Amino acid sequence: MGNEAMFWSDLFLTPFLTGLGLALTLPVLGCFLRLRDEWLAALAYAQVAAAGALLALVLGLMPALGGMLAAGLAGLGKPLFSRRLAGGAAFALLMLAGWAIAVLLAANQPLAERLGHALFDGQLYFADAQQLWLTAPWSAFACASLFVMSRHLLLARVYPDHFRARHLRSWPVVIGFDLIAALTLALATMTMGVMGGFALVFVPAWIVFRRAGNWRYSIVISGAIGALAYLLAFQLALWLDQPFGPILALLLIITGLVIA
Amino acid sequence: MAALFEAQRLIAGWSQPAMVPFDGSLMPKQILGVTGPNGVGKTTLLSALSGRAPVFSGELRLRPGLRLAVQTQEVPPVAGIPLNGRELLALTGASSAGLPPWLLERLDIRLDRLSGGQRHYLALWAVLGTPADLILLDEPTNNLDAAGVAHLGQALRMLADQGAGIVVVSHDHDFVDTVSDRVIALKGPGDGK
Repeated sequence: MGNEAMFWSDLFLTPFLTGLGLALTLPVLGCFLRLRDEWLAALAYAQVAAAGALLALVLGLMPALGGMLAAGLAGLGKPLFSRRLAGGAAFALLMLAGWAIAVLLAANQPLAERLGHALFDGQLYFADAQQLWLTAPWSAFACASLFVMSRHLLLARVYPDHFRARHLRSWPVVIGFDLIAALTLALATMTMGVMGGFALVFVPAWIVFRRAGNWRYSIVISGAIGALAYLLAFQLALWLDQPFGPILALLLIITGLVIA
Repeated sequence: MAALFEAQRLIAGWSQPAMVPFDGSLMPKQILGVTGPNGVGKTTLLSALSGRAPVFSGELRLRPGLRLAVQTQEVPPVAGIPLNGRELLALTGASSAGLPPWLLERLDIRLDRLSGGQRHYLALWAVLGTPADLILLDEPTNNLDAAGVAHLGQALRMLADQGAGIVVVSHDHDFVDTVSDRVIALKGPGDGK
């Protein structure tokens, strides 16, 4: 079967569509995480999701459910511990805890070892129809939510006193954003691995924050960079028969170094 | 017409009291200037009015449902963020109408690529343009040149004429004396009581 025919077969089309929604959503999420100086959260939530997925597998539960639950709890709990752990320490500790638990589980459980490799290598091609039906609507929901929360998140950064002065509650949006970030990264980790998802969160946002002239343009361009890099990485990884995550990360790094 | 706020022997602070007692009130359409040496509690007074600093003693009554607009001395942290002036104004609902020409033509430039004075005035304009009953300004003339200070004075008078009450805290006595209807000079404990 030629490369093109192989691409359009169900075997590869389903993983491609599963990752495409995330490739558009993660860079936009990355812009908001960078705006809030929380880009390290991407790695923290991804590591926690990986640990949650492995733990669920060991306990005989669905790994995707475990990953989302662990990341969701980390997102919800973040406002509580970030008050005491300022300067990104909360995310660094979460990341280390997630990594340590995941590696220990993978080292001691044969089943967990296989999934652990998939999560850290970023093997997008294992994504199935069930994952597509979970990821596609969630990506659309996350993008729409970020669009709705955009003004609030920008105001919170530029004029932090605005909400108190106007008697407005800011916590629903803060918690909502944390939850969306955590769950999106959990899905990304299950789909394209820890570092594949992180590369899509970090690099496009880093490029547009350096180069773009306004916020609207940043959002559009970051999504476009993510989608183009994803498309190219998918084809390249298929053609070279290599794991998807590292190919995507390398492509994004090269793009970033050239443009930024 | 009800006062926007009334304060009697007000002392506010942070972990401990951080201002001398303050007595004063403000009606709509009035501009109140507050001056005094460093450490007397001018910024703390604004923080108490905006609900940020707790009241330790005395009384502070704010008109119910009061809409506040607050400008602090801290420059909005926009370094490295791809946000331009037009987007900044849209965030607070401020209009660009009335901006001086030297800023109007720079609205589409990223804020972190403007000069400190231009960025300060745009950030201030975004606060002034927010629909508000009470506007609290902390050292608004910082970083402004003479043209900026003159333009700010006119803008404050126009906002007061439209019904807003404004409190201006500043070391710039000339500016405060020019724009204010009333000036309260806070005195430190050793300032000739």
